[in-house]
Amino acid sequence: MAIEVRIPTILRNYTGGAKAVSAEGATLDELISNLESAHPGIKERLVDQGNLRRFVNVYLNDEDVRFLGGLGTPVADGDTVTVLPAVAGG
Amino acid sequence: MRFDSLIESVGRTPLVGLPRLSPAPDVRIWAKLEDRNPTGSIKDRPALWMIEQAEKDGLLTPGCTILEPTSGNTGISLAMSAKLKGYRLICVMPENTSEERRQLLRMWGAEIISSPAAGGSNEAVRRAKELAAANPSWVMLYQYGNPANWRSHYETTGPEILADLPTVTHFVAGLGTTGTLMGVGRFLREHVPDVRIVAAEPRYGELVYGLRNVDEGFIPELYDESVLTTRYSVGSADALRRTRELLAGEGIFAGVSTGAALHAALGVAAKAVKAGERADVVFVVADGGWKYLSTGAYEGTLDEAEERLEGQLWA
Repeated sequence: MAIEVRIPTILRNYTGGAKAVSAEGATLDELISNLESAHPGIKERLVDQGNLRRFVNVYLNDEDVRFLGGLGTPVADGDTVTVLPAVAGG
Repeated sequence: MRFDSLIESVGRTPLVGLPRLSPAPDVRIWAKLEDRNPTGSIKDRPALWMIEQAEKDGLLTPGCTILEPTSGNTGISLAMSAKLKGYRLICVMPENTSEERRQLLRMWGAEIISSPAAGGSNEAVRRAKELAAANPSWVMLYQYGNPANWRSHYETTGPEILADLPTVTHFVAGLGTTGTLMGVGRFLREHVPDVRIVAAEPRYGELVYGLRNVDEGFIPELYDESVLTTRYSVGSADALRRTRELLAGEGIFAGVSTGAALHAALGVAAKAVKAGERADVVFVVADGGWKYLSTGAYEGTLDEAEERLEGQLWA
């Protein structure tokens, strides 16, 4: 088993159009680096100077990782990571 | 209860327990029925506060035109207040919002400018900012950045909850402008040690995010991450399922965004049970289900309803 990463439409040019890809790692940071090795260029769209980009939201099993531990958040086999751009409500 | 006018009757909504959906005798869930406001949503509070603050500041004078980007409820609330106070209202609204919202807006005399479905409310905000720049005499109240939005909840919604339920441990609400969470959250943090403030953010179908570049996203100016304990993303399938459970189990007919808040409320309640802690979880019923009947959210199987909701802004 690996970790499923759901990719938003706008970043699917890095994943060959795939809506979801598998990746591995013990933390979100490792997971994104692992993602980068399979899909070069994607990391730079998610991370800037060691932090998640301002308008990128990442959820671990539907919970915002900014409240869990940011890029240091532990991840495990069977988890689902969802990447979404920030949008307005109201 | 007697009031001098409809506007005076905003707020003071009931807080009702959910005996069937609460998971344990000492882990209880409570619904704050914001659909019991004059136009049927929680937005009556910020709309009225933003208008009255602008009047106090001298920005709004009789005959003025108000402009606002809104996916619906704020516009409807503003339309009612604007009608009674003699202002013209123009709403910039994404085209993928329910027909009921449009009819209600027109009924109260608002004019609607549609913005493209792709991009959702981000696009409505962008359009409204352009229009405001081109029409300097129009007053944009701008719910996403107007402190009167969160102040309305700090001064009214928060104190009402604490007065009705001094043992509150969690507050859960939908995340849109972030005004409800910022206002109630700040108030409760000042009065309830260790209170947990939990956001339920709607996760829409792909169309809404489709054309968004990750470098040009939108975060409301009101948003202050430090007020929240955590934030959940709730998809339309979970939101619909919980909306129906609320109706079937407790008789409460609510809009789809309420299902998302209930989903997060049940999640934190389950965690409390697991941890052996007592909890009084308050969540917000932002509006009733009436405006969403045409979306088919309440008919057929959940899969069918989810399919019909694809691409719609349901919060």
